Amino acid sequence: MIDFIVRRLIAIIPVLTVVAILVFLMLRLTPGDPAAVIAGDNATSDQIADIRTKLGLNEPIWTQFVIWIGDMLQGNFGESFFFKKTVAELIAQRIEPTLALAVCTLIFAVGISVPIGVLAAYRQGSLLDRVVMGFSVVGFSVPGFVIGYCLIYVFAIELGWLPVQGYIRIGVNFWGFLERMVLPSLTLSVGFIALISRITRASVLEVLNEDYIRTARAKGLSNRVVLMRHALRNAAVPILTVIGLGIAILIGGAVVTESVFGLPGLGRLTVEAVLSRDFPTIQAVILMFSVVYVVVNLLIDISYTLFDPRIRY
Amino acid sequence: MSATIEDVVDSASISAASTKRRSLWLLAIRNPNVIIGGTILAIMLLIAALAPVLGTIDPTRIDPAGRNKKPGTEITYRLDDGTTAKRVAIMGTDSLGRDVYSRVIYGTRVSLAVGVAVAIIAVLIGTVIGLISGYVRWLDGIIMRIMDGLMAIPGILLAIALVSIWRAGLITVIFAIVVPDVPRVVRLVRSVVLTVREEPYVEGAISVGTPTWILMFRHILPNTVAPLIVQGTFLAAAAILVEAALSFLGIGIPPEIPSWGNIMAEGRTLFRVFPHNIFFPGIFLALTVLAINIMGDGLRDTLDPKMSKKV
Amino acid sequence: MSIETKRPVLEVRNLSVSLPSGADRVHAVEKVSFTVSPGEIVCLVGESGSGKSVIAFTVMGLLAKALKPTSGEILLEGENILAADESRLRELRCTRMSMIFQEPMTALNPVMTCGEQIDEVLNTHTKLDAAARKAKIIAILARVKLPEPERIYGSYPHQLSGGQRQRIMIAMALVLDPVLLIADEPTTALDVTTQAEILKLIAELQDGQGTGVLFITHDFGVVAEIAHRVAVLRWGELVEMGPTEKILSRPEHSYTKMLISSVPSIHPVHRDVRKDGPTVLRTEKLGKTYSGSGFFQKARVVKAAVDVDLDIRRGETLGIVGESGSGKSTVARCIARLIDPSEGKIFLGDTEIATMKASKLRPHRRRVQIVFQDPYRSMNPRITIGESIIEGPMNFGLKRDEALARARKLMETVRLDPNSLDRYPHQFSGGQRQRICIARALAMEPELLIADEAVSALDVSVQKQVLELLDEIRVRLNLAVLFITHDLRVAAQICDYVAVMSKGRVVEYGSAEQVFGSPKDDYTKALFAAAPGRNWEFGKFAA
Repeated sequence: MIDFIVRRLIAIIPVLTVVAILVFLMLRLTPGDPAAVIAGDNATSDQIADIRTKLGLNEPIWTQFVIWIGDMLQGNFGESFFFKKTVAELIAQRIEPTLALAVCTLIFAVGISVPIGVLAAYRQGSLLDRVVMGFSVVGFSVPGFVIGYCLIYVFAIELGWLPVQGYIRIGVNFWGFLERMVLPSLTLSVGFIALISRITRASVLEVLNEDYIRTARAKGLSNRVVLMRHALRNAAVPILTVIGLGIAILIGGAVVTESVFGLPGLGRLTVEAVLSRDFPTIQAVILMFSVVYVVVNLLIDISYTLFDPRIRY
Repeated sequence: MSATIEDVVDSASISAASTKRRSLWLLAIRNPNVIIGGTILAIMLLIAALAPVLGTIDPTRIDPAGRNKKPGTEITYRLDDGTTAKRVAIMGTDSLGRDVYSRVIYGTRVSLAVGVAVAIIAVLIGTVIGLISGYVRWLDGIIMRIMDGLMAIPGILLAIALVSIWRAGLITVIFAIVVPDVPRVVRLVRSVVLTVREEPYVEGAISVGTPTWILMFRHILPNTVAPLIVQGTFLAAAAILVEAALSFLGIGIPPEIPSWGNIMAEGRTLFRVFPHNIFFPGIFLALTVLAINIMGDGLRDTLDPKMSKKV
Repeated sequence: MSIETKRPVLEVRNLSVSLPSGADRVHAVEKVSFTVSPGEIVCLVGESGSGKSVIAFTVMGLLAKALKPTSGEILLEGENILAADESRLRELRCTRMSMIFQEPMTALNPVMTCGEQIDEVLNTHTKLDAAARKAKIIAILARVKLPEPERIYGSYPHQLSGGQRQRIMIAMALVLDPVLLIADEPTTALDVTTQAEILKLIAELQDGQGTGVLFITHDFGVVAEIAHRVAVLRWGELVEMGPTEKILSRPEHSYTKMLISSVPSIHPVHRDVRKDGPTVLRTEKLGKTYSGSGFFQKARVVKAAVDVDLDIRRGETLGIVGESGSGKSTVARCIARLIDPSEGKIFLGDTEIATMKASKLRPHRRRVQIVFQDPYRSMNPRITIGESIIEGPMNFGLKRDEALARARKLMETVRLDPNSLDRYPHQFSGGQRQRICIARALAMEPELLIADEAVSALDVSVQKQVLELLDEIRVRLNLAVLFITHDLRVAAQICDYVAVMSKGRVVEYGSAEQVFGSPKDDYTKALFAAAPGRNWEFGKFAA
């Protein structure tokens, strides 16, 4: 077990290294002088020269990478010349709305999609199944911002039940926070629910075809017991895997959703940084999201051992 | 040995075997999902092709007098020769007075072009890398580590990053969407190659001295066609969505080009008063992506070897 | 004690089960009637597609939805279970009737311990408390002769061997002493020595409890070993039924006669072994070691083949027999250089090919050809069989029309219609495909033909034809043949020499008559002793 965790931990090192190299190269591949690019459009030549020595841009590229990765590992993400703050401060400021949005969406989406996926599989071919599958295709196809605006139009503008946009910190006014989380989470959930309900259905269906399900039925167990005790636990690993991979969709969706609902989160920060060509911020945000994504998937890998004893080797 | 019994036994198995495997492609085009999705998609293609003759005007034409009109408003245009003409803006106009209907119709071209281009380029690049990875052992490790790294960066973020490096434009947006898709194709092709090369018929071909490149093109590559078509369909659908999202965020295709994402981006500020700027392109966008996804589902059900084996 | 006088535990009357429309016939099972008495083992025997498993699943009420019983009755102790509803069926399962399946590796839930899985049966069907249930489970685990029942109780299926898992299945099936046990090819996936133990166990347990057993099999050796009565099925119809001794020695129906005549004898035929042919293949201390690679993993070393010395002369067949994991296929694949051997030498004539580089090896590939086990995967489904056959000769420079002419001739050699060269593999049956594979191999005019379990996937009647064809070709073309099989009967009929492999080593090697007639090695003796039906000489009947 420990052995397994250690091996999984070691296995993410090459992945993260490659990510770091890619993010590092991103700036170096930009046409023009990286120092000038980092400094932004209104920088003085002194500022540029300062950045050049700081990043070792006169050194060979390997040295530059070592300097850069060293900075990143120490949490020193550089300075945003556009926002006039260190990137670390920026991220700290902007992380709450994104985290809140992600957590609300995850809870909501998983809570809905797994049960309906299981039901759809259990009643394969029924009306319910077709509705779930139909919803799932539509959910894949309608872009998040269109859904977001539809929801705003109906619930905020026409019905006036919920605020249109904006964010209130969870510590300031919890009720206000919740009110402003409902529509964004709903928006972001649609694609996620579509994905997970579909995979849940497929995994459960696949498990229901296994020989041991036939054995369970030959024991005289009721359909409910066969489904809950035998099928679902075996389907858990693929479902978890997709929830993990879905985090990427969640992150991508957060960028769009935050823009629609005016949430001052990391997604919005990314867009602002791109629009102002603020490269230290872009790099840091991408690196951070990728690390989160990899680590969440690592945790999910490790959690497999709870569901499948064969993995404990 | 009795010939009659042999004949009987074998003819029974022949009929059993031949019912098992009809032409997959024939099944695919008869699949209701493929028909429905394909029909909608064909209509969209037609709209894209016939955009100039569908009662549209120049989608980039700015008309300060006709700004922010609701759908159905009659607008008087001053033509180049000085005369005026009346025209009903069935989808209204935007804040620059551009005709939304014309922009939406022309936007079909952009979206479909992005979808098709991304799918084809990603599949081509991914197939080449996947074949190399599946066949050249010493390169496999390196390639797959790079692909793992690429996959570890959430797709839209990677596209956003690439757009920010390359500066926006149709071609750069297409490539920015291609890059995150490539690893998915590579993995698919590689896994097919690794599976198929263990098949006895490939080993049989090796033992009759078939050179590697024939082995590849005759015995291995054809197995990737069906899954790649399915994958390519889904990639096209996703690419259209990503392009729309990038343009919507203002970091995609330059705003003067009429893409659905751009129309919506333009309509954001006045959304409360003039929601049509978002809804009309939104409906077209959703319908197109839906059509491709439905078709993809149908294709996967019929072409994906895993599914067809179970039936 | 006469078993016929008791009331039967199972009575199947006039049972028909329909296939979904579009299948190659209307009924999976048609008007089948038979009975199983208490304490009796009835074998349903037939080739693939005979409907034998469909009957088993119909009795349990576990038929796939596409299949529907259309007429007849199934009486379990007098109760018609075709008319029973789902909840009544659930009550009956595992209490009055139980079933064990073919694939012990997949029949148990991988995420539950064996104990939990048996406990479910007791929990569902009895009111015993936890302690009583556990005691009962430990007792049944001991009865099916599993070592350390306490440890097995807490083990997961993947920690057990195939034979042990089948014992768990049997324990689960018999824990509530049902009157009927249905066994659907329960030993087909097991090695021959394990098979013998499981058969013995089933016979002992049912005899002790007076359980009626409906035993599904395709193997007449198993029938001879275990059955009291036999029912022979063909295409869903029961062609003949009677006591085992009568069916095996005095079959009446021509189909039964043909089937029994096709069963290879376990006693080798006398073959004139010539010692004069030139040596085609010789291996010297051939070995293959697999090591689990990867930076962070513990190196796991598996010695698949160790110090294998073999030689084959022209016109001879050398058989390698062994159980799964014995390394017999590894040796074959090394010789065909589909995998690279780790140690030793392979001489093809005078040429050493074990360490030869791929580019240099190519001209020698022609000299060794291989026919694989699975006739459904041995040919590229996308190209015609003609293209498959001529691919090799054309690789070596033969012109297309010459290659085609050769292919047509070879089709005649393997007794297939030369005009069907433009057909695709899926249009042929398994036996026909195996002939095509033989033709493809012969098109290369090889010196050595390797048959890697080439007849194992075939029904016994088709198997017989392919074996005869192989032997005929060997004689006519004066070929050296390396025949890999797990089936001792097949080996006895086709081999001049036999090498018995176990755990990667050749434990006994000699002429077929010598090895089968007076085995010296303990493992060989055990292997032969386990062969089902070894004491029964299957007669040859005119059809």
